[in-house]
Amino acid sequence: MAAVATCGTGAGSTGSVVAAGSKNHVTSFQRRGPRASGSDSSYSRLVSIAGTRPSVRNGQLLVSTGLPALDQLLGGGLAVGTVLLIEEDKYNIYSSLLFKYFLAEGIINGHTLLVASAKEDPADILQELPAPLLDDNFKKDFDEEACNHKTAESNIKMKIAWRYQLLPKMEAGPVSSSRFGHYYDASKKMPQELIEASKWHGFFFPEKSSSTLNIEPCSLTHGYIKLLQFIQNIIYEEGFDGSNPQKKQKNILRIGIQNLGSPLWGDDICCTENGNSHSLTKFLYVLRGLLRTSLSACMITMPTHLIQNKAIISRVTNLSDTVVGLESFIGSERETNPLYKDYHGLIHIRQIPRLNNLIYDVSDVKDLAFKLKRKLFTIERLHLPPDLSDTVSRSSKQDLAEPSKLLGPGCGVMAGGKKHLDF
Amino acid sequence: VTKGKLTLLCDANTDGSFLVHHFLSFYLKANCKVCFVALIQSFSHYNIVGQKLGVSLTVARECGQLVFLEGLKSSVDVFFRAQAEPHPLQFLREANAENLQPLYEFVREALKPVDDGEAAWRCPVLLVDDLSVLLSLGMGAVAVLDFIHYCRATVCWERKGNIVALVHDSGDTEDEENNILLNGLSHQSHLILRAEGLATGFCRDVHGQLRILWRTPSQPTTQRDQSLTYQYKIQDKSVSFFAKGMSPAVL
Repeated sequence: MAAVATCGTGAGSTGSVVAAGSKNHVTSFQRRGPRASGSDSSYSRLVSIAGTRPSVRNGQLLVSTGLPALDQLLGGGLAVGTVLLIEEDKYNIYSSLLFKYFLAEGIINGHTLLVASAKEDPADILQELPAPLLDDNFKKDFDEEACNHKTAESNIKMKIAWRYQLLPKMEAGPVSSSRFGHYYDASKKMPQELIEASKWHGFFFPEKSSSTLNIEPCSLTHGYIKLLQFIQNIIYEEGFDGSNPQKKQKNILRIGIQNLGSPLWGDDICCTENGNSHSLTKFLYVLRGLLRTSLSACMITMPTHLIQNKAIISRVTNLSDTVVGLESFIGSERETNPLYKDYHGLIHIRQIPRLNNLIYDVSDVKDLAFKLKRKLFTIERLHLPPDLSDTVSRSSKQDLAEPSKLLGPGCGVMAGGKKHLDF
Repeated sequence: VTKGKLTLLCDANTDGSFLVHHFLSFYLKANCKVCFVALIQSFSHYNIVGQKLGVSLTVARECGQLVFLEGLKSSVDVFFRAQAEPHPLQFLREANAENLQPLYEFVREALKPVDDGEAAWRCPVLLVDDLSVLLSLGMGAVAVLDFIHYCRATVCWERKGNIVALVHDSGDTEDEENNILLNGLSHQSHLILRAEGLATGFCRDVHGQLRILWRTPSQPTTQRDQSLTYQYKIQDKSVSFFAKGMSPAVL
């Protein structure tokens, strides 16, 4: 079959994706074909969707998570049709920030947003999105051209430790594809015009909970059922699943669900150990089914540290495609630990999907820490500061051993292990 | 191709899906009729990996060699629209689904021997990826074990076919149901392939360890079960195996 041949050769030539001509595009959308129920005739029109790019590894269509550093760790970005699960940090500070970056990226790229929350009104969430950094002078005013260019991070030359300059940078520097991944200024708010120009749908659970159910009772909690129906409605009506082939411009639907699994959604897995243990997992399964058959990507933040039944966490991990855990140092004893003084927390990449492939991109670095500066959220390899004291006290040695045991396991899908030895 | 066997694939701390892809392509190449209950990934995913391994799932599906139940896509249909006839994934709609009978009926129907003298396939094969998902979707471990028991009676004993199923081993997380399922299946299976992560942690060149265990569940355990251990590295189109410690990266 000719289609098979194109697919095969496309998979072989991983080449340079950005400069690749239509061949790569044809390949990536041939792969999209069986997922979206659209017809073959729409492929010729599917040249490119704003804010997406094909993956170097397998031609999968990727969108940016809003954090170029995280995109790099996930193998280029978040694959369309998959779920990114963020395990929240203890006080939900950094995970809500990542959530906002994800939504802001959607607005900049012109994607449609679907924001679901049980805690805050989606309109309020959108008002608080960070402003994008636009040009070199970090000016707030912009025009249509400038908002598509990324800022050039000033490349500070190292004078003394110049050898370290050769180490690979974790964050993505200025990249040739100017429309993928932007930097945001966390201290400023997104301009109102941009928010109003964007298309978004909000699902605020307290508002919707009063309407009647029109589905047979199954073991899903009420909130999840309504959310699934809402998402499915949007996907169907706006044609993200290819059901409306007359639409000229295909677009991506970015779904953001905040604090899934918390008691505010009506789910009691955070309160008791023997609660409704299947509601959340069923929800995730049907959600993933919806995503696989439409042009959408989803980010979910979940307070996994509150879930009482640990088995649910492992099931949830197995049901999600990409899982990233955040651990912030606020309030823990690590805040004052001199080892971690440069960073705000640790980031654990717990799972990366193997889509259309036997293998996947995994970074070599397992110990990652993040740092939030005003204009930049960086993720770096955790560097232990040099041990300068002559007499090393016993307490600090123990501190060293404890976190290194925790850092060892790293990416659980590849190989778990308790010891901090590499093979 | 041996007949009448139940093979259990198990992964612990790592991803054992490469084993599923291998068995799928193996049985398709061996000209067997395959019923694939794919609950965890979409059809195109298996198709693309299958092409790398040398089989085309679309061709197999069209000519009837492969019956594919795409869990993710069908779940959306089942969940949002009431179905006229019983659907294999009907338990998604029900609050307290007792058993997996509709799914079993689907499998039985799919692997029914064709009598009209067409291209006769070799033994029927049931492939399930994966069973742990059924636990997440609300079925109890006993219901899943019953389902496998019924399938075994039909596929392995009556039709002399094979069953291959993947179960995740949750390791030290206290997933009781999963442990029950895993132990129950381990006792019933003839061959256990267990993919584990390395005890020393992550390594770029050796992705994990595969433990192979041959069992004879029906006979008394006077003869010892044989077992072998290999370490492996997954590459783009294949998986390379080597003895412990003999990774090319180390030598």
